[in-house]
Amino acid sequence: MIYFDNAATSWPKPPGVVEAMVHFMDDVGANPGRSGHRLSVEAGRIVYDAREAVAELFNAPDPLRVVFGLNVTEALNLALRGLLRPGDHVITSSMEHNSMMRPLRALEREGVEVTVVRCSPEGFLDPADVEKALRPNTVMIALNHASNVVGALLPVAEVARIARQHGLLLLVDAAQTAGAYPIDVQADGIDLLGFTGHKSLYGPMGTGGLIIGERVDPARLEPLKRGGTGSRSELEEQPDFLPDMCESGTPNAVGLAGLAAGVRWVLERGVETIRAHEVALTQRLIDGLREIPGVTVYGGLDATHQTATVSFNIAGLEPSEVGLRLDEEYGIMCRVGLHCAPAAHRTIGTFPVGTVRFGLGAFSTVEEIDAALEAVRQFAQEAQ
Amino acid sequence: MTSNQYAVILVYSTSHALRAERVLQKAGIPCKLIPVPRHISSDCGVCLRIKQADEEAARRALETAGVEIEGTHRI
Repeated sequence: MIYFDNAATSWPKPPGVVEAMVHFMDDVGANPGRSGHRLSVEAGRIVYDAREAVAELFNAPDPLRVVFGLNVTEALNLALRGLLRPGDHVITSSMEHNSMMRPLRALEREGVEVTVVRCSPEGFLDPADVEKALRPNTVMIALNHASNVVGALLPVAEVARIARQHGLLLLVDAAQTAGAYPIDVQADGIDLLGFTGHKSLYGPMGTGGLIIGERVDPARLEPLKRGGTGSRSELEEQPDFLPDMCESGTPNAVGLAGLAAGVRWVLERGVETIRAHEVALTQRLIDGLREIPGVTVYGGLDATHQTATVSFNIAGLEPSEVGLRLDEEYGIMCRVGLHCAPAAHRTIGTFPVGTVRFGLGAFSTVEEIDAALEAVRQFAQEAQ
Repeated sequence: MTSNQYAVILVYSTSHALRAERVLQKAGIPCKLIPVPRHISSDCGVCLRIKQADEEAARRALETAGVEIEGTHRI
């Protein structure tokens, strides 16, 4: 079996992740941060450890500015809905996932102005186009760090400079890059970083969050939900400090135990090491696919400018058919179709058919790439 | 009267308490997370118990690390 669906959820997980979750359930298990007894304190400590690990990986200014939630979708909803008001203008790209696009389209109906800056057919964004889209009421630039369809990396550092120059907030959706590509929120000028635990941070599903930079005033941030936090219990009003104001309700502590272990594993192996491994495999996959007659590979075709996610099509075959046959005949798991990103597929010219997407990960191997290339070669030959 | 030798540091949340615990540990100041004594606060959370002799050093270490505290109480 070959698992090439890491862009959706990474699998398998590194050693230590499952063990940390079992330890939590078997030996700790209590509600974190609600009671003062030793098990509750230990549960709180495990959640806090996850906060510290995430803060270390992304160089967050303060672990208490790491707000946990279910996934990056929740993080983006919090950042967008929590900070944008009717009359504000926000700039985004045409390569966004629906986790960005749908909250923005909903806000648009409520009076927020949205400009979608067109990217190149390879999926790249020209920072000059962002600058051209600025309006007097622009308050935020919201971008994915890399496309979930073709892996194209967007120029976050350049856009951050524009954001700083004009006093705007920069929100980055790091779903596809967190753990797989170096991110330093302070050096990169990222004010809000949405991340998810179940992809390149090698944690379980149901974990993720938002890093809230120091240029963001918590008093201006409207929480998505309100409720019990274990703090300020004498008040019927929501606390006004981070992270509690954005973390109502009992968290997924068992999941965060696993996330902490996943992030620690990434830190130990090193993002640069993981990145180098994935760049080498990605280039091998791109080059191999391009040699096969009838195969079209999308994106920039240079692994150093993208993540380990590669989209392609085989002439004469529907993506869904390719996906089914890869699974049934070769045991290769991938994702086909539109990948929750219709705007991105319109940009690269594959809407509404979509593509076949191979999402590699830290545990992918050269042998797996070569076996997958052989399978694609076989299908392409038959289809001609 | 051993209880007179302790002080508690009150913080805004369990997350703040755990952050403060790390800071104090790194500074070599012994501390323990305990439930907030009912006579000090109505809160259901935890606070840090330290030795009274360490009060000033603890305040300084937390201030340097940027951890906000609500205050300290001798117990």
